[in-house]
Amino acid sequence: MTSVVTLHELRIREEIDIVHVRQTVREVAVSVGFSLVEQTKLVTAASELARNTLKHGRGGTAQVELEKHDGSTVVRLVFRDEGPGIPDTELALTDGYSSAGGLGLGLSGARRLADEFDLHTTPGEGTTVSVGFRAGRAAT
Amino acid sequence: MSATSVIEMGDVLLVTVQGELTDHDAVALQQDLAANVAERSSRGVLIDVSGMEIVDSFLARTLHDIAAATELLAAKTVIVGMRPEVAITLVELGLTLPGLATALTVADGLAEFGDGVRPL
Repeated sequence: MTSVVTLHELRIREEIDIVHVRQTVREVAVSVGFSLVEQTKLVTAASELARNTLKHGRGGTAQVELEKHDGSTVVRLVFRDEGPGIPDTELALTDGYSSAGGLGLGLSGARRLADEFDLHTTPGEGTTVSVGFRAGRAAT
Repeated sequence: MSATSVIEMGDVLLVTVQGELTDHDAVALQQDLAANVAERSSRGVLIDVSGMEIVDSFLARTLHDIAAATELLAAKTVIVGMRPEVAITLVELGLTLPGLATALTVADGLAEFGDGVRPL
């Protein structure tokens, strides 16, 4: 049995929205019993991806979903924008590559922190990044 | 949203960062600190991050840049009290921040500067 529930849909339009995404994701992580390290990884990845949505995607949305499979819980974050897209995804996922003058660890770092990572992008149409985080212990 | 305080202890600045910092807050802190160090001829800056639940790549870069800027102004920056879960996450993110001085407690951080710093 798998159930998927969308808990939140947040807009990312300005810098303070990155903070809102972090706070919302933290609350969800706590509510499903993530350990402190799991919470911190999830919230940090959310912060990186929300910033990407704002700075590279010219704003967009963050969706927070809860997936329950047999005995396990996954928190999934889906970031969508209708920005310029990523012309070279392999390059964008390379450590240290930055098109915005950052450290170039946003996308590659979020991929490392997550248990599941999925990226869809179409030049001129936008980008969707999905990350899944599993709780270490099976939920009962 | 966030509370950042700067206390002068002898010739060391003790900076406490708490709560949620926006990117703008982080950049403002960097500029404030550089100005403060130059104005007061501080020898050191201690940044207490024990109140921070996450440090992402933007904030990590800002901390690194603060240390680099204060170094040019003849002051050393020490990052104090990072939470273990934050350290684990930063390493997994790919940020080991080489060259950044750290200490576990404010007292240990102050000890880096030796004489001239009076405890509170």
